[in-house]
Amino acid sequence: MAKPLSTQPTFRLTFVISWTAGVLALTALIYYWFGFGWLPALVDGWLSVSLLALDALLIVHNLAYYRPTSGRYLFILAVNATLAAACLYFGYYICGLLFKDQPLYLDWLKASLPVRFLVAWIFLSAISLLSFFWYEIKAQQETIERKETAEKLATEAELFKLRHQLQPHFLFNSLNSINALISLRPEEARQMVQKLSDFLRGTLKKEDQASTSLKEEIQYLQWYLDIEKVRFRHRLSTEINCSEESLNAQLPPLLLQPVVENAIKFGLYDTIGDITIRIKAWTADNTLFISVENPFDPELQHSTKGTGFGLSSIRRRLFLLFGRSDLLDTQTDNTLFTTLIKVPQPQ
Amino acid sequence: MIKAVIIDDEPLARELVLEYLRNWPQVSVAQECNDGFEGLKAIQQHQPELIFLDIQMPKINGFEMLELVEKMPAVIFTTAFEEYALRAFEVSAADYLLKPFSRERFDKAMQKLCEKLENNTPAVAPVQDVLEAASREMPAQHNRVVVKINGKIKIIPMADIHYTEAADDYVKIVTQEGSFLKNKTMAFFEKTLDPQHFIRVHRSYMLNIGQISRLEPYEKETYLAILRSGSKIQVSKTGYPKLKEVLGL
Repeated sequence: MAKPLSTQPTFRLTFVISWTAGVLALTALIYYWFGFGWLPALVDGWLSVSLLALDALLIVHNLAYYRPTSGRYLFILAVNATLAAACLYFGYYICGLLFKDQPLYLDWLKASLPVRFLVAWIFLSAISLLSFFWYEIKAQQETIERKETAEKLATEAELFKLRHQLQPHFLFNSLNSINALISLRPEEARQMVQKLSDFLRGTLKKEDQASTSLKEEIQYLQWYLDIEKVRFRHRLSTEINCSEESLNAQLPPLLLQPVVENAIKFGLYDTIGDITIRIKAWTADNTLFISVENPFDPELQHSTKGTGFGLSSIRRRLFLLFGRSDLLDTQTDNTLFTTLIKVPQPQ
Repeated sequence: MIKAVIIDDEPLARELVLEYLRNWPQVSVAQECNDGFEGLKAIQQHQPELIFLDIQMPKINGFEMLELVEKMPAVIFTTAFEEYALRAFEVSAADYLLKPFSRERFDKAMQKLCEKLENNTPAVAPVQDVLEAASREMPAQHNRVVVKINGKIKIIPMADIHYTEAADDYVKIVTQEGSFLKNKTMAFFEKTLDPQHFIRVHRSYMLNIGQISRLEPYEKETYLAILRSGSKIQVSKTGYPKLKEVLGL
């Protein structure tokens, strides 16, 4: 929405100058050309031009908030005609009261009304037209700017997603594990290469899907967790329990992965000792529920408890997808952190 | 014989180093450690000449662990974190192996190290400036300080620190629970702690601005900062403008 022209300093200056010039011109015209007295010339000049200026201001201001669609130019012309008539009538009425004793002037005033009306109407229409285009151009500029910002944000988000998915440290550490396995246990190295490939392929494929089944998503997470199990051996165990119906439920791709990555980050990378990550899924009330549970080190995380372990981007994503802000819950119980995601199912 | 300790939270990463070390019979591995806590204990116990050290580890990272080591051995970092390793490599004699690394690269690092040990040159110019460089880049170290107290490691969150005070070769870190000494300089903390929260207000003091309760004029052009805990900290003529700027006065 463009700001009203009347708030622009240059407009204000132009307005005041034109107004003053108008008053002087009309006064001079009435006094010198038509030869009436100083007083009627001054009052008429000031009153007529000021009323017209007021109308112009009204139009300029209102067009900032309401601009008729293309078919309604006639409507603007009609409004302008009414405004012009109203200001003429008001001026005529006041002058009539003030100069009762100057019938010559009043006659002339009456005779000049049609010309005055025409001039006022054309003037107001010109003002409407000019401000109409000015606002249209402003609005268009703003739309373009907004679009550019949105595109920039989208590109940045895309880049961030790509960088995030490649997870260079995960990848390089996995390759390092494979490097160790090649001479120690070649068969395991082979399995690890296979899992890593499946996982990476899954990551690339998921990019362009609108939604995926939980079954697929779990399979994909399984590869990821298996790789982590090779890296961290017995330290990591996982329990995955999904009800039969939930496996066929749909969810946006790459929604669950960051939650599980989060669980690994705080539950495995930042703790000492053996840990278990539990994933449960069930359906109720046409909604898919998934809970991910991980232990955490309260000594390290106590300051971040409030922000929910950096899950805000997932909450945001769920909000953008479903328009609801109650789809992600987190719960802290001693040293256990649970994330619960609700995904509404298509009817 | 070169005594070594391997510190990495991934078993296979340790096994790989062990495997590569078979070509280096003069190196004996005294212990393998899962994290920085174990690593620190092992270093104290075995006094190794060499450690292989990962950076990303649970509880405290590799750099934080090194801050607590008293007798610095030669350090070969083994890490997937290119962003810290490359920088550190430029300024230190220690070597940095980027995971995954080849046997050739490993042998080269060992070759270099052995030559240095034989020539009796100090193996590693201890990595003070590296640690500082790394600290600036490891976000974890902006908001916590790791100290050793009675042989135990304590992690102090930044918000809990009231102020730090210079004390000879040490810096005193004052918190609600008491104060802790760390063998570092004020300059080190000035570089590592988040500058939005910690201001060097005096040659000997650095303040957590979140702890300030009020400021009182003291002597000519100097002030006293009164903390919530009641402590009074001198603010010098040069420290005051810095404080003013951050507090938006």
